[in-house]
Amino acid sequence: MQLDNNTNNLAHDDNSRLIYIGNPQRTNEEYEFTGNKITTSKYTLINFLPKNLFIQFHRVAYIYFLAIAALNQLPPLAVFGRTVSLFPLLFVLTVTAIKDGYEDWRRHRSDRNENNKETLVLESGNFQLKRWKDIKVGEVVKIKADETIPCDMVLMWTSDPSGIAYIQTMNLDGESNLKTRYSRQETSLMPLGSVSGVIRCEQPNRNIYEFTANMELNGHKVSLSQSNIILRGCQVKNTEWVIGVVVYAGQETKAMLNSAVSPSKRSRLEQAMNTETIWLSVFLFVLCLVVAIGMCLWLMNHQKEIDTIPYYRKSYLIKGKFPGKPYKYYGIPMETFFAFLSSVIVFQIMIPISLYITMELVRLGQSYFMIEDKHMYDSSTNSRFQCRSLNINEDLGQIRYVFSDKTGTLTENKMEFRKASVFGKNYCNPPILDKENPDVTVDSDLMGLLHKGLNGNERICAHEFFLTLSACNTVIPIFNKKSSSIGDEIQEDLEAIEYQGESPDEQALVNAACAYKYILFERTSGHIALDVNGEKLRLDVLGLHEFDSVRKRMSVVIRFPNNEVKVLVKGADSSILSILKDDSDNNDLSIVTQNHLNEYSSEGLRTLVLASKDLTNEELEKWQLMYEDATTSLVDRSLKLRQTASFIECDLRLLGATGIEDKLQEGVPETIECLREAGIKVWVLTGDKQETAISIALSCKLLTTDMHQIVVNGSSESECRKLLLDAKARYEGESDDMALIIDGNSLVYILERELESELFDLATSCRVVLCCRVAPLQKAGIVDLIKKRTDDMTLAIGDGANDVSMIQMADVGIGICGQEGRQAVMASDFAMGQFKFLKRLLLVHGHWNYQRMGYLVLYNFYRNAVFVFMLFWYILCAAFSTTSALTDWSSVFYSVIYTSVPTIVVGILDKDLSHKTLLQYPKLYESGYRQESYNSFLFWMMMCDTIWQSLALFCVPKFAFSQSTIDIWSMGSLWTVSVVILVNIHLAMDIQRWVVYTHVSIWGSVVMTYACVVVLDSIPVFPNYGTIYELAKQPTYWLSIWLIIVVALLPRFIIKAMHRMFRPSDIQIAREAEILRKRRFFYGSSTVRRSSE
Amino acid sequence: MDDKKKNSKKPKYSQFSQQELPAWKPILTPGWVIATFITIGALFIPIGLIALAASDSVVEIVDRYDDQCVPDDYGQNPESYIQNPNVKKTCTRTLKVPKKMVAPIFVYYQLENFYQNHRRFVKSKSDKQLRDPDDEDDTHNCFPEDYTADDEPIVPCGLIAWSLFNDTYKLSSRGKAIDIDKKGIAWKSDMEAKFGSNVYPKNFQKGGLIGGAKLNEKIPLSEQEDLIVWMRTAALPKFRKLYGKINTDLDAHETITAEVENNYNTYKFGGRKKLVLSTTTWIGGKNDFLGFAYIAVGGLCLFMAINFILLYIFRPRRLGDPSYLSWNRQPIA
Repeated sequence: MQLDNNTNNLAHDDNSRLIYIGNPQRTNEEYEFTGNKITTSKYTLINFLPKNLFIQFHRVAYIYFLAIAALNQLPPLAVFGRTVSLFPLLFVLTVTAIKDGYEDWRRHRSDRNENNKETLVLESGNFQLKRWKDIKVGEVVKIKADETIPCDMVLMWTSDPSGIAYIQTMNLDGESNLKTRYSRQETSLMPLGSVSGVIRCEQPNRNIYEFTANMELNGHKVSLSQSNIILRGCQVKNTEWVIGVVVYAGQETKAMLNSAVSPSKRSRLEQAMNTETIWLSVFLFVLCLVVAIGMCLWLMNHQKEIDTIPYYRKSYLIKGKFPGKPYKYYGIPMETFFAFLSSVIVFQIMIPISLYITMELVRLGQSYFMIEDKHMYDSSTNSRFQCRSLNINEDLGQIRYVFSDKTGTLTENKMEFRKASVFGKNYCNPPILDKENPDVTVDSDLMGLLHKGLNGNERICAHEFFLTLSACNTVIPIFNKKSSSIGDEIQEDLEAIEYQGESPDEQALVNAACAYKYILFERTSGHIALDVNGEKLRLDVLGLHEFDSVRKRMSVVIRFPNNEVKVLVKGADSSILSILKDDSDNNDLSIVTQNHLNEYSSEGLRTLVLASKDLTNEELEKWQLMYEDATTSLVDRSLKLRQTASFIECDLRLLGATGIEDKLQEGVPETIECLREAGIKVWVLTGDKQETAISIALSCKLLTTDMHQIVVNGSSESECRKLLLDAKARYEGESDDMALIIDGNSLVYILERELESELFDLATSCRVVLCCRVAPLQKAGIVDLIKKRTDDMTLAIGDGANDVSMIQMADVGIGICGQEGRQAVMASDFAMGQFKFLKRLLLVHGHWNYQRMGYLVLYNFYRNAVFVFMLFWYILCAAFSTTSALTDWSSVFYSVIYTSVPTIVVGILDKDLSHKTLLQYPKLYESGYRQESYNSFLFWMMMCDTIWQSLALFCVPKFAFSQSTIDIWSMGSLWTVSVVILVNIHLAMDIQRWVVYTHVSIWGSVVMTYACVVVLDSIPVFPNYGTIYELAKQPTYWLSIWLIIVVALLPRFIIKAMHRMFRPSDIQIAREAEILRKRRFFYGSSTVRRSSE
Repeated sequence: MDDKKKNSKKPKYSQFSQQELPAWKPILTPGWVIATFITIGALFIPIGLIALAASDSVVEIVDRYDDQCVPDDYGQNPESYIQNPNVKKTCTRTLKVPKKMVAPIFVYYQLENFYQNHRRFVKSKSDKQLRDPDDEDDTHNCFPEDYTADDEPIVPCGLIAWSLFNDTYKLSSRGKAIDIDKKGIAWKSDMEAKFGSNVYPKNFQKGGLIGGAKLNEKIPLSEQEDLIVWMRTAALPKFRKLYGKINTDLDAHETITAEVENNYNTYKFGGRKKLVLSTTTWIGGKNDFLGFAYIAVGGLCLFMAINFILLYIFRPRRLGDPSYLSWNRQPIA
C-alpha cells in the first residue's frame, strides 16, 4: 500500500495543478491536461505489425530463434533450406500475433463504447449532452442518479440541500455499500453558474483513498479532501443529481491509474530450470566445440587431398570457369568456425525453446481445471476460483509458509452483536439459530430494563449506551424500494431499513440498537433522527471526531431536544479506560467492566467500550471555536482535529462495553490442521489486539492450550531484545510446542534494527507465529523476512486493502473475495471465495500442478537432448560435416508436431493420486517442497539416461546396417521414426493416469509421424523420395526399431523397478494403497454379489 | 430466484472438468515387472536365434582388391598408377566359394573410408535437373561441377554424379563366364520418378578432372541404373552398393576368377575397395549383430526376471503398506 501523505505536495505550488471552475479554456491554456478519452488498447492498424513484433521479441527465446534462423541464411552455413529454418519462428510469431490482435480488437471495442457514452456538460449556461471523450478538465458536469461518473470530479452541488451525495464504488474497490460524499457548504449555497473559482490540487496519483486540494472562492480558501471528490467508474445512488468540476480526466483518473497490471512473478520451478538451461547451453557448446575441433583436425590431416577427393572437392580445376579458385572454402580457421556455427544450427533444439510455449499452454489447461473445480466454488458470494496470474501454478505445490490475515480471511467479517456489559452487568444475546432470518436476537433482561421509565443510574446508563450505539457512527440508513415514503409509514416498514457503512462493526452495533428499538432512520450532516420505542427523537450533531488509529476512538457531540449537549464516545478499551473520570463509582464500574472485557476477548469477541460526558456551555463554546478552526485549517488539519477531540474526550463516564463476534469461516480449523500436517507453517498476521488474536487462534486450532506461548510485546529496543533472547534461551531445543505471539510495536523495533535474525531464529523454530496489531507494511516486512532468509516458498492470503502489500510481497498471493472490497483480489495471483479452499488449492491442485510441471520440464529437456545427441553421434561418422540424416522437415517437425502434443496433454491431465488420497494424507504435500519432482539430481540422472538412449538410437542401426547398402535417407527415416516412438514410449512409461486423450495423443503422435514420413517420402522433388516404401519391406528395419526401444529403455526400466521395490516414495505407496484398495473393494463386492446369488 | 440461478457461476459438472474421467491407472507391481522381463526375454531370444540362423545361412565372399591390384612397381605410389591412363588396369582375383550359393547371388562393391555422407557431397546434386530436361540449368547446388568451361550445363551435375564408381567386374568359373545381370539393381521408385526418362547425359565428365565413370549419352538417366544406385548416397563411410545379380547357383569349393578393372581412385584418401558376392535371406546380407543383440537383451531380461523373483521372495514389500511411508518410518524421538 502506498499511503503516501500527499499533503506535502500542496506546499509547493509548482507541483500542483490549477483548475478554473467552469472555464476549461483557461484551465487548459498554459498546459493542456489529458482529455477524457481513454485507450486501453495497445495497437492501431498501422502500428500493429511493428509494435507487436517488437513486444514479442522481448522474449529471449524469440531472439535465439531469430539468430539461429539468420545464421542459417548465410551461404556457408545453410544447413536447412530457407523456408524450413524460418518455419518454427514464423509459426510461433503468427499464433501469438493472432492472439494479441484478437485481444486488442476486443479492447478497442470496449474503449469505443466507453468513449462514446454521453453525459450533461455545462456549456454557455445550459447543460448539454456531450460525449465522454470530449469532456475537458475544468468543465462542469451534471450526473443523474444511477449514472456512471465519467471522470474524477470535485463535488459542487447535489440535489440534497445539505450537499450530500451517495455513491457506489463497486467498480473501483468492489465494496458494495454506499459511501457519502459532500459538497462544501460554501459552494452548495451559491447559485449555479455564478461560481468562478480556482481549484488547486495535487498531481494525479493512484491513491483512491486520499485527495488533497483547496479551492479559492471569491477570495476565501476552502479545503477539499477525499470526501469532496467523486471518482470515475463510481455510480451515483440515492441522489437525484450531482454537479461537479472535472479535475482529472481520461488516463489520469484514479480508476485508470489503478488499472495497471501488477508485475508478473516467475515460478520457482522456472527459476530452477534456468540453471539447467545453462547446463544445456554448456552441453550445446561442448558438442559444437567437438565438431569444430574435429573438423579442424580432419582438414589438417587431409589438407593435401581436399582439392580433389570426390566428397570434398575444394577447388574448381585448372580448365574450368574459375581455374584454381577454391570453392566454398575459407581456410582452416574459418572452416572450423563455420563448423562450429553450423553445428549450433543443427543442435539448436538442445535449448528447449518450445518448452516455454508448452509451459504456457499447460498452465492454461491447469488453470482451467482449478477454475472449473466445483469444490472451490463459493455459493455465498457466487464466485469461482480465479487465476489472475498464469505463471506460477506449480508454485502452489511447494509452499512452506502461509501468512494469513485474520479478519475476513479466517473469519467471515460478518459482525454479530453478542454481548453487552451495561453498567457493570453482563448481558448475552443468544446466538442466532434461525439462519433464514438473521436478525439480532435480544437479551430479555436488557430489553426489560429498557422498558422501565427513565429513572435511576442504571436505566439512564442503558439509555445512553444505546444512544451511543446508534448515534456514534457513520452508518447511513437506506430505505429499500419497498417503503415508498419516508414519513409516517416507517414503523410498518422497519425491515426495509438497511444500514450501509464502511465498517461492519458499526453496522452490527446499529443493527443491535435497532433490535433494542433504538432505530436510526435518518442521518444528514447536521442531525440524526432516531425512533426510540416508537418515539421520534431528533438530535443535532454538532461535530464528529472520526476514528483514527492514534486515538483509537471516535466521538460525536450531540445536542438533545432539551438543549443538553453530550459527547458520546466509543473506542478500544485501552484508549477509553485511561480517560475515564477518576471517581470511585467509575473505578468500581471500570473494574467490573474490565473483567467482562477480558472474558469477551478470551471468547474471541471484538470489544468496544462506550462512554459519555455532559458538556457545559463553556466547554461547548470553547470546543466549537477549536473545532471550527481545526476543520477549516489547511495546515496540520488532522493534528488540530486530534487536539480538539482530546479536549472533550476526557473525564468520561463509563457506560459499558460491547462484544461483537466475528464468526470463523466454515472449515477453518480443519484447513489449518491439514496445512500444518502437510508441513506448512501457518502464520497469522492481524491488526486485532493480542487477546482477540489469541482467542481466534485458539478457536481455529492454530494454538492449542498445551503450547508454550512466548509473548513478545516490548516497548523499546532493549526490551524486545531481552524478550527475544530470553525466549530463545528458555525454549532452546524443545521446538515442538512453541507459539510466538508478537505485536506490532515490538515489530517496529525488531524489523528496523538488527534484531531481525533473532526474530527469524525464534520464529522459525516455533510451530505457530501470531502477529497482532501489525500495520500493512509490517505484514509485508514479515513476509520479506522469511523470503530473504530462506529458500522456502511463501504464500500470503488476505482480503483487505491492508493485505495488498503482503500479497504482492509473497511468492504466491491469494485474495479472498470477501466483505472488504477487491483491493486484495486485484493485487493477488489467485482469488477465491473462502479460506477453506486453500486446503484443496495447495494439497490437491498445487500438488498436481507441481508434479505435472516438474515432469514436463525434465521430459522436454530429455526429448530434445536425445534428439541432439543422436544427431551428434552421426556427425562424428560424417567427417564432422554437420550432415543430418534426417530430412529438413522432419528435423523441424520433431519438436513442433511429432512430439509436442503428448507432453501438453500429459502436463494437463496426468494425475498421480486422487484428490481423496491427497486430502487424506496431507503429508504427501511435502514431496513438493522437498522438490521431489524436479531437482538437479533428477536432471543429471536424466542426462545420463539421455546419453545412453541416444547411443542406443545411434548404434543399433549403425551395427545392424554396417556394410550394407543402406542410404542416408533410409537411415534418417529409421531414426526419425525410432526417436519419436522412443520418446513417446518413455513418456508412456511414466504416465500415471491413462484417459482417452492420453491414448489418442501418444499413439496418435506415432501414427502422425508415420503419416508425415510417408507424405514427405511421396513428393518426388525431395531427395528422400520413396524411401519409406522400400524400407518398410525390410524386416531388419522393424527389428532395429524394436531393439532400439528395448535397449534404450531397459536401464531406465530396471532402475525404476528397483527404486519402486526398495525405496518407494510416499506418493508411490499412497498410490498403491489407493489403487489396490479400490480393486480389492471391487473384487470384494463381486464376491459378495456372487455369494448372495 | 430464477435470476440467481441464471447468473450462478457454479462450474457445471462434467467428468472432464472435475478430472474424473475413467482412467487406467497402472502401477508397477512386481508382477508387472517380472511379466515384462519374461515377455521380452521370451520374445527376443527366439527372434535372436532365428535372426542368427538366417545370418548364418548367408554365404558371403569378400575380397579386398585395391591394394592387391596395384603393380609392384607402383607400390609406393599407387596414385600415379591409377591416374596414368596408359597403364592397363585389369587385375585378376581368385575367389573361393565356401559353401553352395543359391541364386540369386548379389554382387556388390564395398567402399570404405569414403564419406558419401559428407555435407558437401550429399548436397551436390540437383533433383530437379535429374527429373526434367527443362530444368537443366538448375545447377546452383552443383558447384564446382555445374557448368563446363563453355558455360554449358552439365547433366547430371554435381559431385555425386561426377564421382560415379567405375570399376568393373567380370566373373568366370572354370573358363566359363558367369553372367552378371545389371538390370533391376536400382529402386523402382527412383527409376520412375526421380530420374527422367527423357533426360540424357550432357557434357558429362568433359572437364579437366575425370571423377569417375562416363555415361552413355544415348541412354536416358532413368535407365542408368549404376548412376541411380550411386546417387542414393550411403549413410555411413563404409558402404556397399549393388553391382549386379548372378542368376545361377555357385557350387561349394568352386573357384571363381574375377577380372577387375581397377579404375576408381581411392588411393587419394586411403579408401578401400572390396568385391562382395553374397546371397541374402529375409534379414538381408550377413550380419550377426541383430541376432546376438536380440539374444543378449533377451537373456538379460530373463536374468533380471529371475533376480526380481528372488528379490520378491526374500525381500517382499506389501504394496501400499503405510508403514513404509516416510513419516511412519522415521524413528519416534
